[in-house]
Amino acid sequence: MTIDTDTSENSLVSAAPTRRLTIAKAMTEAIAQEMRADSSIIVLGEDVGKLGGVFATTQGLFAEFGPDRVCDTPISESAFIGAAVGMATSGMRPIVEMMFVDFFGVCMNSIYNVAAKNCYFSGGSQPVPMVLMTSVGGGYSDGGEHSQVLYGTFAHLPGMKVVIPSNAYDAKGLMSAAINDANPVIFMFHKALQGMGWLGTVRGSITDVPIERYEVPIGQAAMIREGADITLVGLGITVHHALEAASELQEKGISAEVIDLRTVVPLDRDRLVQSIRKTGRLIVVDDDYQSFGVASEIMALASELAFKHLRSAPARVAHPDVPIPFSPVLERHLLPSSAKIVAAAEKMIRN
Amino acid sequence: MLTLEKKLWMYEKMVLSRLYEQAIEQAYFEGKLPAFNMANGPIPGEMHLSNGQEPCAVGVCAHLRSDDAVTASHRPHHIAIAKDVNLRAMTAEIFGKAAGLGGGRGGHMHLFDPQVSFSCGGIIAAGMAPAVGAARARQLAGQDTVAIAFVGEGAANQGVFHEALNLAAVWKAPVIFVIEDNGWGISVARDACTAVQGNAIRAAAYGVPGIRIENNDPVAVYEAAGEAVARARRGDGPSLLDIETWRLAGHFVGDTQEYRPHGELQALTERDPIPAFRAQLFASGTSERVLMDIENRAAATVADVITFARDTPYPEPAEAYEKVFA
Repeated sequence: MTIDTDTSENSLVSAAPTRRLTIAKAMTEAIAQEMRADSSIIVLGEDVGKLGGVFATTQGLFAEFGPDRVCDTPISESAFIGAAVGMATSGMRPIVEMMFVDFFGVCMNSIYNVAAKNCYFSGGSQPVPMVLMTSVGGGYSDGGEHSQVLYGTFAHLPGMKVVIPSNAYDAKGLMSAAINDANPVIFMFHKALQGMGWLGTVRGSITDVPIERYEVPIGQAAMIREGADITLVGLGITVHHALEAASELQEKGISAEVIDLRTVVPLDRDRLVQSIRKTGRLIVVDDDYQSFGVASEIMALASELAFKHLRSAPARVAHPDVPIPFSPVLERHLLPSSAKIVAAAEKMIRN
Repeated sequence: MLTLEKKLWMYEKMVLSRLYEQAIEQAYFEGKLPAFNMANGPIPGEMHLSNGQEPCAVGVCAHLRSDDAVTASHRPHHIAIAKDVNLRAMTAEIFGKAAGLGGGRGGHMHLFDPQVSFSCGGIIAAGMAPAVGAARARQLAGQDTVAIAFVGEGAANQGVFHEALNLAAVWKAPVIFVIEDNGWGISVARDACTAVQGNAIRAAAYGVPGIRIENNDPVAVYEAAGEAVARARRGDGPSLLDIETWRLAGHFVGDTQEYRPHGELQALTERDPIPAFRAQLFASGTSERVLMDIENRAAATVADVITFARDTPYPEPAEAYEKVFA
């Protein structure tokens, strides 16, 4: 995949100087800029200190801010995520890294019963301003405990905002917005987009990023390619699959509109409905397990809010409901791809 | 030094807590008899009363300021009362009313009063890590305030108990873990599910002082907690207090407690810490009149907050949609 994401319509600071950054560098830059402006912001997690994060999310922060503000923790996710809640309710703005989203199983109580519910149970008097950043995604044979995305799991449980950047521009802006949000924000970054030498990187994730700080508002999807015949909805890496598919479809005379969700909680229903009503056709591309997830939710939304405008039944290209296998032959067979999207779109339009 | 004034404060909070629980229990049973249905009555849902465990709350909270953080468990009322949580708003919350601490969204297991840095939750041991974080935040801010996590003895078998002790020790965080050891995790006795002789010794695994306090004695709790809190305020790190206490009520209201050995509850009730403390105060010179004044004041407070909670309106149903996010 080699398609660059066009971020021109996203650019809020178009005249400002930019450089091309990876998502990892964009995240780090946002964190550093926010930390310089607000001493209540700290970073906690495994290997976030001198190592700078296993996925390079905190490179250089330890040297600049020291061990009190960029703190390596024990391998105790329940404790340090729970501790972040206590910090957040004591006037701080912690950013915690859960190295792989797959690790949520050892600490979900701290996340969904504590971080996500305090605000509600307290009638709003005890908000929890914290960011939980976590790596997601497979495609590099890391096996089924280090390759999931689990967007739907986090999106399903109320009380957490959930953001998923597909490119460096959005990553920086969403990170700044997340840090300054009064609520728990789950920031899910896809390993295949991260810009790590040892992982391979989808080129489109590397974009021009302003040097100045800025925010990408949480809750706003972006229409990143305009089209008339079909709406392709993606998030994270599947945005790039969708863009590639849109180019291939263009050659076949099919005009595809591509929407990058950027945020799944709160979901930008208006933007989605607008596009679905226009094109009358919908394919959701999601590398999460197919059932009960983001793709299902958007298809439900289409039937609830755009039923009369649908020209055919919506479809989804998602990971089937099986654990993620190790062997590249098996994993590739299950993951979404532009070819699968093109095939689904052609089938939909032929019918 | 435990002054008489502080002792009387402790006695008043113990009495207030007990009378409060009695009033809650009475209201709880309204509409639930003759056929017990948990969903009925002015206080629906589960109800975990703290009868007998008052010494833990007052002995620790006697050392605390409003900006010292406390996290408590599913059995939180005595601790909330000792921490000076707004009792009208707390009671309204327990009754599910709009004027409740959370506008009726939390209920008796989820009480939040940021004015006095109090919170509690219904998942065993879940408040321990937030207490470590609250302590760390205070430490980083250069304050001498502390955080306390109250848990039951069953919490010591949860994974996060051990994670939190280790993390607190690594950070030298000003946090005190307080185990209210009432001997029972619902129906399972401590000794049937705990591999060590008491949980105080578990603190040694993390280089943390672990102190066992016997006999459910408020004065002994006060002394031990005083040292632990002073140690935390000095910057010398966390402590663990393992307090022998007695659950003089069921796990929940309606629990028939048939699992308890015959005679145990009666024997413990005879050692009820409130009459014992009263006798001690009287023997050391506090007059009957002073003690009665305290008891009457507590009774009046309970009557006031229960009346308030009954009379104040329910939330509008649509308020259920609010406050998910700040």
